[in-house]
Amino acid sequence: MESFDLSLIWAVIIAFGIIMYVLMDGFDLGLGILFPFAPSEQDRDVMMNTVAPVWDGNETWLVLGGAGLLGAFPLVYSVLLPALYIGVFLMLTGLIFRGIAFEFRFKSHSRRWWSRAFAGGSMVATFAQGAVVGAYIQGFETEGMVYTGGAFDWLTPFSVLTGFGMMAGFALLGATWLILKTEGDLQAWAYRIAPKLLIGVLVVFGVVSLWTPFVDPSVWDRWFSNIQLIWILPVLALACAFLIYSGVKRHHDVLPFLATLGMFIFTYLGLLVSRWPYVVPPDYTLWDAASAPESQLFLLVGTVIVIPVILGYTGWSYWVFRGKVKPGEGYH
Amino acid sequence: MELDPLLLSRLQFAFVVAFHAIFPIFTIGLATYLALLNGLFFKTGNPAWKRLAEFWAKVFAVVFGMGVVSGIVMSFQFGTNWSNFSQASANFLGPMLSYEVITAFFLEAGFLGVLLFGRDKVPPGAHLFAALMVALGTFISSFWILSANSWMHTPQGTELIDGTFHVTSWWAAIFNPSFPYRLGHMLLASFITGGFVVAGVSAWYLLIGRDQLANRKALSMSLWLLLVLTPAQAVLGDFHGLNTLEHQPTKVAAMEGNWETQSGAPLLLFALPDRDIQGNHFEIAIPKMASLILTHSFDGEVPGLKEVPRDEQPPVWITFWSFRIMVALGFLMIAVAFYGLWLRRDERLYRHRVYLQTLRLMSITPFIAALAGWFVTETGRAPWLVYGVMTHAEGLTPSLTGGMALFTLIGYMAVYAVVFYAGVFYLTRVVRGGMLDNEREPDEQVERPMRPFSATHIPFDTERQGG
Repeated sequence: MESFDLSLIWAVIIAFGIIMYVLMDGFDLGLGILFPFAPSEQDRDVMMNTVAPVWDGNETWLVLGGAGLLGAFPLVYSVLLPALYIGVFLMLTGLIFRGIAFEFRFKSHSRRWWSRAFAGGSMVATFAQGAVVGAYIQGFETEGMVYTGGAFDWLTPFSVLTGFGMMAGFALLGATWLILKTEGDLQAWAYRIAPKLLIGVLVVFGVVSLWTPFVDPSVWDRWFSNIQLIWILPVLALACAFLIYSGVKRHHDVLPFLATLGMFIFTYLGLLVSRWPYVVPPDYTLWDAASAPESQLFLLVGTVIVIPVILGYTGWSYWVFRGKVKPGEGYH
Repeated sequence: MELDPLLLSRLQFAFVVAFHAIFPIFTIGLATYLALLNGLFFKTGNPAWKRLAEFWAKVFAVVFGMGVVSGIVMSFQFGTNWSNFSQASANFLGPMLSYEVITAFFLEAGFLGVLLFGRDKVPPGAHLFAALMVALGTFISSFWILSANSWMHTPQGTELIDGTFHVTSWWAAIFNPSFPYRLGHMLLASFITGGFVVAGVSAWYLLIGRDQLANRKALSMSLWLLLVLTPAQAVLGDFHGLNTLEHQPTKVAAMEGNWETQSGAPLLLFALPDRDIQGNHFEIAIPKMASLILTHSFDGEVPGLKEVPRDEQPPVWITFWSFRIMVALGFLMIAVAFYGLWLRRDERLYRHRVYLQTLRLMSITPFIAALAGWFVTETGRAPWLVYGVMTHAEGLTPSLTGGMALFTLIGYMAVYAVVFYAGVFYLTRVVRGGMLDNEREPDEQVERPMRPFSATHIPFDTERQGG
């Protein structure tokens, strides 16, 4: 039984689930953020049509992550959710409004309010998610495995910055997704805004990177005690940023989106490395937070069967709906 | 006034779950009905079955979509408001809830699209198979959720060590003593809900003279179903009650409004239970009936609320009255189903306008009865979160303040009010559009998968002039 570390396996699964959610819901939330700035109402239709067949599946990863966390790392679940109480509430209401607006906008002749609900819901949900990341970097006040802080401890200048950073990042994902999936005027618009969003992301990325080591001394030690291989992560993230820029300049359709995904992945890995192996910083490691081994094992059996199926199914959905989306062509 | 985070959290959970629950209560029954209609069409080739299947698939799509949206909140509620409970019970509840997500996703993601959009794109047998798999998915989903819930009522197969539950036997924990009764009672309630909604909508179509042939079939079929299921539910409910008497006597005492443990206990038809005086005002009772129902003997002993200290008694007023509402509606449903059998003589069933109007109004009753039943079982458990082991107060999130709980309670109510209004408004339009909406959609370039709402092509609002 002890020949393999169940908690470690679960940490990898959950970490994978989270990045899948961030990447996949990221670009469709990004479209919501860009929504009010789109050149025309027809372009908004096209924007929604690019994600219509897949966005439901994207949000499955969030539900999966929530349930999986309870099953494998209940401490994370029971400290983070109370600590982020208001933020979680904002995220959920944002996602609900957005989901309902998505469904009904296609059914409505008067679309203005549904468009606003879609954009507003996406912005609130994204900001809340970014602020959650900031709060996570800051760590949580706990005593005897119970959160003891206040309702607004998560809301600091630092987490506001990461909130806006996430909005810029998801908007960039949305813009590069549009470059990939559209053509004509809408694509030209996406090409124009992508570099501006990239600058915004890089500014936040820079400030957060400089600020983070001062938020917690253990992060400082991790990065500066001796120069290690982990420095490759920010270097790769910056290389991706350069690829986005050059891809946009050369009007390459695919490269900017892939490079943005890459930038998110390397930044995420950098964040994980900063905190490893603490899952409830600053006090509890993933082994402290784990549920009983028999529970982790019981759940693992189903998960290893189903996750490949979900991945295969998701991949197939994207394959079926590959290619450019033209105006007037809809899945609704 | 001091805001009580415990009371507000309980209200919030009750509100969120009640709001979410109305969708699955309906979709579980409807999914089975769709499978049945598709099966009948597959077997007989009668186009009336196909028309019904296509119409009810649209309704299913919208209700299912609403259930998914409102369900996102559910998986976070345990952590935000009941973090101590989450952490204590995660070894068991975590895997249960996760398996609900992954097994339901497995079947729904794979087959919902085929059911809703695949009729002309896959062989008929494959389409029927998809309908069966979606129905199976709803059963599997109920299985996990009700197992988790039943365990909170009759915990077994677990051991409490240092404030954390550890599973000693998965089999005993999943198939805990009240689980089979609870699951059966809930599934029957879902079928009855589906039956009354189908009957009500078909009755309305017959009243306005639309699509007589198919709707007569639908009405007849749902009434036969209800004729069997509504009495069966009463019998199963009785078994569930006996099980509750065995494992949660205090809950039964609250349901009966019975304070003293006594033999030959009366059945209270009306009473105003009062926890302060530890007794009832204004009792109207049938002597010895409660003993007869609960113990199947006139002189059987029935437990009283005073068996437990006052602070371990449930809020008896809610339990007592919710139970009466559920039972009364249950008898009403049985009566309506049997009256339909009476009207079947010489075909009056389809022309009796008062009866058809009654059926129309009855579509709402199974929802109220199911929610009332849910209130009975959940308030009857109070103050226990895990019966006899952990109280609501012990499970609450320690850092939660009354202000936070109130803020989010109002927030969720506002959000769900918008969602519910939009959803019901749109459903009404779908039902109005009904089966007249007959033209086939232009065969779209898309092969698969789409969002459930895509199954309907009915606009949300009417086009404004010049707009």
